[in-house]
Amino acid sequence: MKKTGVGMCLVLHPTGRKGGGDPSQAIIQLKPDGSLFLKVGAVDLGQGALTMLRQVAAEAMDVDIATVYASNRSDDLAPLSAGSAASRVTLVDPHAVMEAAKDLRAKIAAFAAHRLEIDVENVELADGKAFAKDNPHHHMTFADIGMIANLGEGVILVGTGAWQPAPVQGHDPETGYLDQESVISFGCCVAEVAVDTDTGEVEVTKLVQVWEVGKAINPLMVKQQINGGLQIGMGFALRENLFPHYPDPAHGIESLADYSMPTFMDYPPELIHGIEEVPHPMGVKGAKGFSEGSATAPGPAIISAIHDAVGVWIHEVPATPEVVLRALDAKEHGGATDYWSHQDRSAWLA
Amino acid sequence: MALFAEEHSIPMTHILSFQLNGAPVQALVKPSDSLLDVLREKLDVTSPKRGCDSGDCGACTVLLEGKAVRACLTCALTVENKQVVTVEGLSQDGKLQPLQEAFMAHGGSQCGYCTSGMLISATALLAKSPHPQRQDIAQEMSGNLCRCGCYEEITQAILDTARKGE
Repeated sequence: MKKTGVGMCLVLHPTGRKGGGDPSQAIIQLKPDGSLFLKVGAVDLGQGALTMLRQVAAEAMDVDIATVYASNRSDDLAPLSAGSAASRVTLVDPHAVMEAAKDLRAKIAAFAAHRLEIDVENVELADGKAFAKDNPHHHMTFADIGMIANLGEGVILVGTGAWQPAPVQGHDPETGYLDQESVISFGCCVAEVAVDTDTGEVEVTKLVQVWEVGKAINPLMVKQQINGGLQIGMGFALRENLFPHYPDPAHGIESLADYSMPTFMDYPPELIHGIEEVPHPMGVKGAKGFSEGSATAPGPAIISAIHDAVGVWIHEVPATPEVVLRALDAKEHGGATDYWSHQDRSAWLA
Repeated sequence: MALFAEEHSIPMTHILSFQLNGAPVQALVKPSDSLLDVLREKLDVTSPKRGCDSGDCGACTVLLEGKAVRACLTCALTVENKQVVTVEGLSQDGKLQPLQEAFMAHGGSQCGYCTSGMLISATALLAKSPHPQRQDIAQEMSGNLCRCGCYEEITQAILDTARKGE
């Protein structure tokens, strides 16, 4: 018999590290063709760090994003970044890019002032051009500036930027006050499941996940991260297990064929994502990180939905069909509404 | 112990000819080479990825005579004189296919490792059933794994392409 249930999970996800020693650096160079070369240390595993930082650089320099190239190749060559961890890149690295853009803007303005023979205070940079504030027709494009600087006058125009959040101090011994440890992102996940009480299979039929991200610099990538986190969270809750037939280690996972990660077939037929924006004072444009949190939310939501459906709290993941059946069995025979399978396992091992 | 082939002077290599993305190619292959070995190591076509090398992940999917196959499980010698298409062969005259455009618009790719396999499988799916339902897509695409979790975005991209193709 199939029983349905609904469960919910709320997540407070700390993003960024405020214990100190969390540097970000960026370098932007004006190339001879007027394009910009952005070097950062943030690692991009596919989550879109480089795209997001290019967006920040393009907006700060007021140029088309198509003219901004970015690289994070090799730790030996890239500027420092504390790395893609703690959901920190969106919170911390854009500050370094903003600083580098500010530096490069000042250098381009000084160069343009010299070439246009006007005061540097009179130079305005906008839309990929440098022009005189009092006479916008008197202008040079970034391509002109890049060409003349690099190939004509033999100078290099590079902006550098570095940023590091101030470390949190220890708590005040008088009052016990402690600064917020880090920036918090807020998430909510609601799952609707159908539990087959004969086979123990749990099907996620609908899933809604909403995140408050400060400011979505790239809403498409935020959506991808929310829906991608679902895949990781759902695998964590229902499927992925290195030792599915514990206690015999011989049944451990040896290849991808045995490792049961979710596929197209496991995705909920109804999947809804939501993005909320409440700008945070620490982030550039109010943006903060959240992505790792989106992988943690579906697990508890699905487990509590199973409780709603069949009245058993399963205290371990993954809740595979075997675990669900044993939990239902324990409830039927002893009335237990909480289930840990290691109770059974110790019986097997005895 | 000498190999049977060596003992009987049977050649251990063969010049394999087939059509790759519409152009004739040749490669010196061993009988044990998979199509994936030939594409990646001999012909420098790196869009089919060697994810698991055992047919589980779908990252090496290519079209063989219009059918989606795992390049890692396809013996290279079986493609003699046949048509093989990788993701490089999808675009025409430098223009992306509607399916590729839809992948971009819906965000059907994050790290990109599974993307070429996904595109090939989806191309084969749309060729077979131009108006798939959500369930058909799940069934047909379930052999392609994506650890970033772009399944929803890819499903939307395929549905969108099918809608626009009407």
